[in-house]
Amino acid sequence: MNITLNGEASEIANQLNVTQLLNDLSLMPAKVAVEVNLQIVPRSVYSKTIIKDGDRIEIVRFIGGG
Amino acid sequence: MKSSGLLAVGENSENIQVQDKPLTIAGRIFGSRLIIGTGKYKDYQQNADALTASGAEIVTVAMRRVNLSSPDDPMLVDYINPEQVVFLPNTAGCFTGEDAVRTLRLAREAGGWSLVKLEVLSDPKHLYPDMTETMRAAEMLIKDGFDVMVYCSDDPVFARKLEDLGCVAIMPLGAPIGSGLGIQNKVNIRLIVEQSSVPVIVDAGVGTASEAAVAMELGCDAIITNTAIAEATDPIRMAKAMKHAVIAGREAYLAGRMARKLYADPSSPLGGLI
Repeated sequence: MNITLNGEASEIANQLNVTQLLNDLSLMPAKVAVEVNLQIVPRSVYSKTIIKDGDRIEIVRFIGGG
Repeated sequence: MKSSGLLAVGENSENIQVQDKPLTIAGRIFGSRLIIGTGKYKDYQQNADALTASGAEIVTVAMRRVNLSSPDDPMLVDYINPEQVVFLPNTAGCFTGEDAVRTLRLAREAGGWSLVKLEVLSDPKHLYPDMTETMRAAEMLIKDGFDVMVYCSDDPVFARKLEDLGCVAIMPLGAPIGSGLGIQNKVNIRLIVEQSSVPVIVDAGVGTASEAAVAMELGCDAIITNTAIAEATDPIRMAKAMKHAVIAGREAYLAGRMARKLYADPSSPLGGLI
């Protein structure tokens, strides 16, 4: 299945939910925020949110800034 | 205090209490009037040390994509604890209202709080705020339940409009972001201070401690500085200097400075000369 992950074309397994995707990417859910097709996914529904073919996913975190 | 009533130099100076209201932003009370950035430091450890030296209780932070090729990169939150310091997410790098709103919604999800710093920029050369987009974004964010601290031009008219919209702090630039040129338009900053009933915070332009003091002497409620500390030769020491400058400037503002005079006025009495 093909998705766009942080702007890059990416291939992932079918039927992954957001929790599993973060796990596969070695990212801690508490330290990031996730957007699917411009919609924020609340942390409480990560495990219920199944990623679909063609989804555009952004995973962001806090970094240093002014 | 000694029974004589005389104080040795420096003795007990900390115990002489003068009243001041604490900085209050959207109902939150802060003990420090210095807000520091978290960009441009050598590393997060240096940033954390500067934060300690500065005594700041709020840090500005940015939202960016996770680097998926190196998920083990150091994270800001591993060095500065968001439960001890208020993270103020910014919208640096946003050039439209929609970009800014999108960024801050993500920040709210990542951090779980609604106090944010809105900045919508225009030309990368001067990073002056695009005030039309800033107004639009502020309106959207306030409707969405955010407490908006807003980076703005030093124009009292726009500052008033932003306050009327419901922004919780007005944050005019002292000089272009990262320029370190100091407070360029003291008249406008003073006018904004005088008319505002929410905190006025100089955001951008402070280059060294004396310039932070200038902003505070004008009556600003706080200052934000990033580059002045991060790009100092010794950031930790500059952080400490900023802490003292902000306190000094605030005290001088509350004290009320002497009148400016055109000619000399001797401090020692002329009567009784020998």
